[in-house]
Amino acid sequence: MTESPPPVVEMRGISLAFPGVKALQDVDFRLFPGEVHALMGENGAGKSTLIKTLTGVHTPDSGSVLLAGESVAFSSPGQAQQAGISTVYQEVNLCANLTVAENILLGREPRKFGGIDFPAMRKRAAEVLARIGVHIDPASVLETHPIAVQQLVAIARAIAVDCRVLVLDEPTSSLDAGEVAELFRIMRVLRDEGVAILFVSHFLDQIYEISDRMTVLRNGTLVGEHLTSELERRELISKMIGRELGTLEAIEDASERHSVSGPVLVRAEGLGRRGAIAPFDLDIRAGEVVGLAGLLGSGRTELARLLFGADRADSGKLIVDGTPLHLRGPRSAIAAGIAFCSEDRKGEGLVADLSIRDNLVLAMQAARGWSRPVSRKVKDSLVEKYLAALDIRPANPDALVRTLSGGNQQKVLLARWLVTEPRLLILDEPTRGIDIGAKAQIQQLVTTLAAEGTAVLFISAELEEVVRIADRIVVLRDRHKIAELDGGSTIDQVVELIAGEPVPEEVAS
Amino acid sequence: MKNRLLWPILALIALLLLNLVVTPSFFALRIQDGHLYGGLVDVLKNGAPTLLIAIGMTLVIATRGIDLSVGAVAAIAAAVTCVHIGTSPDVGTALAGMAIALVLCAVLGLWNGFLVAGLGIQPIIATLVLMTAGRGIAMLVTEGQIITVNNDAYRQVGAGFVVLPVSILISLAVLGLVALTTRKTALGMLIEAVGVNPEASRLAGVRSRTIIWTVYVFAAVCAGIAGLMISSNVSAADANSNGLWIEMDAILAVVIGGTSLAGGRYSLTGTLLGSLIIQTLTTTVYTIGVAAEVTLVFKAVVVITVCLIQSPKARAALSFRKVAVS
Repeated sequence: MTESPPPVVEMRGISLAFPGVKALQDVDFRLFPGEVHALMGENGAGKSTLIKTLTGVHTPDSGSVLLAGESVAFSSPGQAQQAGISTVYQEVNLCANLTVAENILLGREPRKFGGIDFPAMRKRAAEVLARIGVHIDPASVLETHPIAVQQLVAIARAIAVDCRVLVLDEPTSSLDAGEVAELFRIMRVLRDEGVAILFVSHFLDQIYEISDRMTVLRNGTLVGEHLTSELERRELISKMIGRELGTLEAIEDASERHSVSGPVLVRAEGLGRRGAIAPFDLDIRAGEVVGLAGLLGSGRTELARLLFGADRADSGKLIVDGTPLHLRGPRSAIAAGIAFCSEDRKGEGLVADLSIRDNLVLAMQAARGWSRPVSRKVKDSLVEKYLAALDIRPANPDALVRTLSGGNQQKVLLARWLVTEPRLLILDEPTRGIDIGAKAQIQQLVTTLAAEGTAVLFISAELEEVVRIADRIVVLRDRHKIAELDGGSTIDQVVELIAGEPVPEEVAS
Repeated sequence: MKNRLLWPILALIALLLLNLVVTPSFFALRIQDGHLYGGLVDVLKNGAPTLLIAIGMTLVIATRGIDLSVGAVAAIAAAVTCVHIGTSPDVGTALAGMAIALVLCAVLGLWNGFLVAGLGIQPIIATLVLMTAGRGIAMLVTEGQIITVNNDAYRQVGAGFVVLPVSILISLAVLGLVALTTRKTALGMLIEAVGVNPEASRLAGVRSRTIIWTVYVFAAVCAGIAGLMISSNVSAADANSNGLWIEMDAILAVVIGGTSLAGGRYSLTGTLLGSLIIQTLTTTVYTIGVAAEVTLVFKAVVVITVCLIQSPKARAALSFRKVAVS
């Protein structure tokens, strides 16, 4: 891994702004032939934007892209591909109803007499598949293969053209361990042939297994480029989340911490769902704030969805108030006093075309059934109460929710569940993408609710927030619950657990 | 809301004025034997089945769905009732026949709802099944014959008068009932929530499936009543032609009325206006004497115009040109 060959890709001083957001600011990036290069960063750090700038989806506002030393400016992904930059995305972008060979060579089929030369196409596809050691029938229909094999076909399609740079954007998120091993074998074959591979994954173990070098981004800026062998995991994580280890330790725990010893409200025993989260045990007590910490893709949301019945568990059981509860869907969870604010406010939370008033009473109304409408008077008093309590703006109950800012939308969603007076409130990333003022209000609200006896499961990518607010922290890594920390733990302790390095000493409470 | 209904209202007024110019007596109403007659009454009477089906369609479309089977269901209702009545002149037989037909329609609605909400089949495909199969069922019931009946009680549904034609009274009553049920209870809000964002609604605990199921049953029952009106008006059931293409008119009425095919917010007043526009248009074709062979083209031109006027993009383009010219 000497730096003797010149980089095949060099991006210099790339800046790109979207309306209201500086997605990338003065980012440099190098990619050498014959290396696997990991692009690291938390959600919103600019990884995807950088990749899309490289592959011609976005045009940078400033900065230059050099391919093999020559300045290039792609205006479409097609141009980038012709220049030898192929991309495989997280979700398989292939035609499930066509054959493997057709998928590999779609758009560049061998021709004969104005038609497609199918025998030649199958032969060519077989060659490409053989190159990466995948032995499947090129004439078979794609959808007859498991998703992992489809992913490999997507890679075969990417390298069927003369490919100097292969971009793999989270290719492993839907693969199991054996399939990942197969993918890595293929990546090594390609790397040894001199292909430069840019790899994005949220799984640290995989990054450390396969990558030679990594570039870390945070908030659209470059944090640094490192050889994987020279960067420790905990250092990497502190670079990703943006705190030096020293300062992490220095953060003071301002809020009062109380260890809650009330009765267990919700208990999960071996609750799990294949491909989402490994079976876990969890107790949540009334009046307790339990924080969920872990990197993106570690199973935070998946765990929450199981507790709420948004997804069905395929193992274990959920016990509420000492009684086993069979969750058939969100309705049974709501009836048991469980509420869930999804991280995807627009997609799974709010009904954008309805008014603040309708959104606010939706869960309450749904629980009552359509024939027993919440009276206008009750509605008005609820709306008035929560508009004021959460400082929702505009304070106009008839305003459509789609017109509200992110922070105010989040508050409406929160209010919808507070109206139902839940006993367990699950908040998935309630402070993401909202301004600092609204953030503080929501954190304050969580503390107040807990003091009043509501149990809260608080999920956030910001460890600082989790550590400050939670009475107990549950740490997840790679879809496993790996530890529980008492309140008063430091961010460092959490980071070490997430990084997967041995904890020096057992955490004392 | 008012803004959204502005263009349909203007279109309707324009069509009515056109009729007035061509036939000065168009607005004239006269009372004969206690019945109200006149051009406007004809529009209402002939538009009643379309309006009724469009009301059911509005709720289906609000949940992001569509029901193509309503025409076939109307034909089945007509066939079943007329076969049951046969040669009987009894009131009881007529009532029983209609009751059987409407229960059957509700079952057909359950079937549509099962395909859409139960199995998750796309509504356009799910209801296409009954759209094609339904005519076959109606043919089976009538054994391929046109079934004529001679039953005064039955005739009242489509051809009767209580000052106004009975059919329009039924349609308006259903319209009022639906408006009341959906807006006075929470049903309307829940339907809209399911239509705007099904997943968010599910996670909020809304019984999306039950709601979707219900609107398909309701749409089928509306279609059944419309089928009774159509066949009662001529005292005959024709499996081939009863309610043929009426699903298209109904969908058009809903869309002209400003309810988006993408689901979500709906307007029953809009649907009423849309139905009236479509029926007035049909009447206009006759009153101004459009040649038979260009009738469909004439209708098409009007519909396209109304749709373009409603499209924000088209309006923007038009006003842009105006600015550019001036």
